[in-house]
Amino acid sequence: MELLGISLALIVMFVGFGLLIGILFGFFGMGGSFLVTPALLVMGYDANVAVGSGLAFVFGTSVIATLKHRDLGQVDYKLGILMIAGTTAGIEVGKVGLEYLQELGLAGSVVSVAYVFLLGGIGVFVTYEAMKSGGGDGLEHDVDEDADLEDEEIPEIAQKIQSYSVPPMISIRGGFTVSLWMVLLVAFATGVLSGFLGVGGGFIRMPALFYLIGVPVPVAVGTDLFEIVFSGGIGSFLYAQSGAVDLSIVAPLLAGSALGARVGAAATNLVNEDDIKVYFGVMLLLGSIAVAVREIGGVLEMPVLDTVSLAIILGAALLVSGAVVYSAITMLRSEASASSPAAD
Amino acid sequence: MIGGSVDAMIEAGLVIGIVLLEAIVLYVGYGAAEQVLAGPVVDRIKNV
Repeated sequence: MELLGISLALIVMFVGFGLLIGILFGFFGMGGSFLVTPALLVMGYDANVAVGSGLAFVFGTSVIATLKHRDLGQVDYKLGILMIAGTTAGIEVGKVGLEYLQELGLAGSVVSVAYVFLLGGIGVFVTYEAMKSGGGDGLEHDVDEDADLEDEEIPEIAQKIQSYSVPPMISIRGGFTVSLWMVLLVAFATGVLSGFLGVGGGFIRMPALFYLIGVPVPVAVGTDLFEIVFSGGIGSFLYAQSGAVDLSIVAPLLAGSALGARVGAAATNLVNEDDIKVYFGVMLLLGSIAVAVREIGGVLEMPVLDTVSLAIILGAALLVSGAVVYSAITMLRSEASASSPAAD
Repeated sequence: MIGGSVDAMIEAGLVIGIVLLEAIVLYVGYGAAEQVLAGPVVDRIKNV
């Protein structure tokens, strides 16, 4: 039996895969094209279709996840628009750097090494910081605009950046103000990295929003997703012009991810903030290993390593999304036992 | 790829519009299902 020109079994697989990615996307604000594009490539789709369809899927999922985060009060639109402006300028500068390396014939190797080290570096840093804070109860999930965060809840670098009172100052969801120029500077820096590496940059922006600006993690995720709506939309529009967006791939993936994104977004409101960081760090660490394996496969001309790389990514996605759901369920149960009156 | 004909741009806009429409329909649809099912599911999780 076929639907949309593909077999029912493939549709079911795409829906299941979409569900998995949706959980991660809604929870971390990253991971869409990181997971989908390599999977489509290994399944034998042309590179432009894999990238174009991956971007269209990311666009659709980010719309759903952003709407869900908006319901939870976790999207700062003002910050998001400023981030888009700064990131767009940064991407252009990053692309210039990339073109320069291409002229020197060094782009492939430098970008690969930088990508692996950046993924791994951010993964180690985020995991270490979360472990260092000792677990405990983590941060409050409340993101009331009027609620002030305690100083110890804001990372040191962010406190430093917030202390630069260069006008105009803007208020950020989470109850603090920061110089508009600092926000643009951080956005520009993440954009440079994103443009240089040729990636969406969710894995750079989310920690940057938290560690550099001091935005609470759930709001960092929601605001990052808001930005991805625009970057994913523009990217997929450009690819769709050459017919590279295959709706028979995107539609079933989206059907699964729409549910997963709701689950992932809701989980950010339940799971301990330090746990979110640990999962994020582990996901990035395993991602960096997967990318390293793929690059080594390219250098050694061993296509089997592409499959190994994909297996690592899918295994990591399955492991981390499972951990997210498990943590959310555990939190629900512990909340229930804490709020219920003592048994007779 | 970039700067294609007007026809290609219209077609691309249509494709992106379909993706956006599907996303919104799914958001609303799953949202309605969540309204009905989330409470009993959460209660069941809490009480297992």
